[in-house]
Amino acid sequence: MKFASEFRDPVAARALLSAIARKVDEIGATRARPVHIMEICGGHTHSIFRYGLDKLIHEGIEFIHGPGCPVCVLPMARVDECVEIAERPGVIFTTFGDAMRVPGHRKSLLQAKSTGADIRMVYSPLDALELARRNPGREVVFFGLGFETTTPSTALSIQQAAREGLTNFSVFCNHITVPEPIKALLDDPDMCLDGFIGPGHVSMVIGIHPYDFIARDYGKPIVVAGFEPTDLLQSVLMVVTQIAEGRAAIENQYARVVPEHGNPVSLAAIADVYERRASFEWRGLGEIDASGLRIRSRYAAFDAEEKFGIGYAAGSRNVPEVEGCACGAVMTGKLKPTGCPQFGKGCTPDLPLGALMVSSEGACAAYWQYAGARVAAE
Amino acid sequence: MCLGIPGRITAITDAARLMAMAEVSGVRREVNVACVAGADLDALVGQWVLIHVGFAMSLIDEDEAAKTLDALRDLGEAQETLEQMARSDEALAVEVGA
Repeated sequence: MKFASEFRDPVAARALLSAIARKVDEIGATRARPVHIMEICGGHTHSIFRYGLDKLIHEGIEFIHGPGCPVCVLPMARVDECVEIAERPGVIFTTFGDAMRVPGHRKSLLQAKSTGADIRMVYSPLDALELARRNPGREVVFFGLGFETTTPSTALSIQQAAREGLTNFSVFCNHITVPEPIKALLDDPDMCLDGFIGPGHVSMVIGIHPYDFIARDYGKPIVVAGFEPTDLLQSVLMVVTQIAEGRAAIENQYARVVPEHGNPVSLAAIADVYERRASFEWRGLGEIDASGLRIRSRYAAFDAEEKFGIGYAAGSRNVPEVEGCACGAVMTGKLKPTGCPQFGKGCTPDLPLGALMVSSEGACAAYWQYAGARVAAE
Repeated sequence: MCLGIPGRITAITDAARLMAMAEVSGVRREVNVACVAGADLDALVGQWVLIHVGFAMSLIDEDEAAKTLDALRDLGEAQETLEQMARSDEALAVEVGA
């Protein structure tokens, strides 16, 4: 059986699955009336599918896939703005590979590269910084993308650029935060969520307390989790145990990496370089108050929005998504990827309509990669 | 980009910039250690760290590093990260005019 070969510690996994089943029975949850647990992070979604946890676990647990994939929640207009910057003469546009194939209205970054723009996939903003040092005659722009996990990397890179007095390096800042969209989902009357699995590496930076409001104000359990399959099972057990005991608290399953108060150096760098935007647009969720970051005016020389007069600095640029693309509903957990009429038809990893099929952390890509046979059978 | 990858610090390369050499699954990669550095930078040499987009973000023990790497290999993330590192080296090497 797949089970034993896939899990490095099958005994522990089996014990956790049994313990979860007992708690779920105790609560009285069933396939028809399941406990809805949202795993916020796209990395968790992939882990759940890779190990088939959604099928191994008691059928009274339903995983709702959350908006924790930074490439997926990026509105198409921002991709358009990346292309616009990249096509300026003299610019070297640098980005994580994840963002290359996300469709814009006109073209993706990959298409822009093939039509002559100098776009380079880099592993780290440090490499963009090095490109700026080596190419003083060129403008090097880094596409700053991601949640709190990657925000310190661009903050520290901007601080380093400032110390060196580099004048040809800037960041197109699209950093976003996790707690605010979760609040938006909890405020959405259509959503039915009983508990959360929190992204471990976000809390490695911000600690666990930014999620206090979930338990305190909404009465829902949240457990910050690691990425190994037994981490996820243990976290589900912690969530259902809270539900069975009628409690709601923030708990830390991933304490071996997540300090209660986060990483002080990272938090200081973020606070020094960034401030919150009044609101930021999310694909599928719309504008969410205080959910995005922008570069503080003291670092304006490193802000691509200021340098190129693009983006939120340029006022309204709300552009509708492509017709027939249900990324928004999938993103908010209202629709399963297979419920989208375009899934596997108008939208495949080779020819994606929406970002959820492209990014390695997107829910649609996870379904496509791991659940293809299963989906066909259903 | 959110999952990170474990690596072992092998040397401090630039103390002023808080840069160190790390070995990641047999690949050498320079990383920033600002987020894990204590008063004595050299104490980092030999330590395992969790590296996110070129920044060491957390000290981990060897057992945790091995388990994390196994999970990342299962998810295809380890291979992907190593490819991204290699591609980044190529991107740096190209120095064409505008």
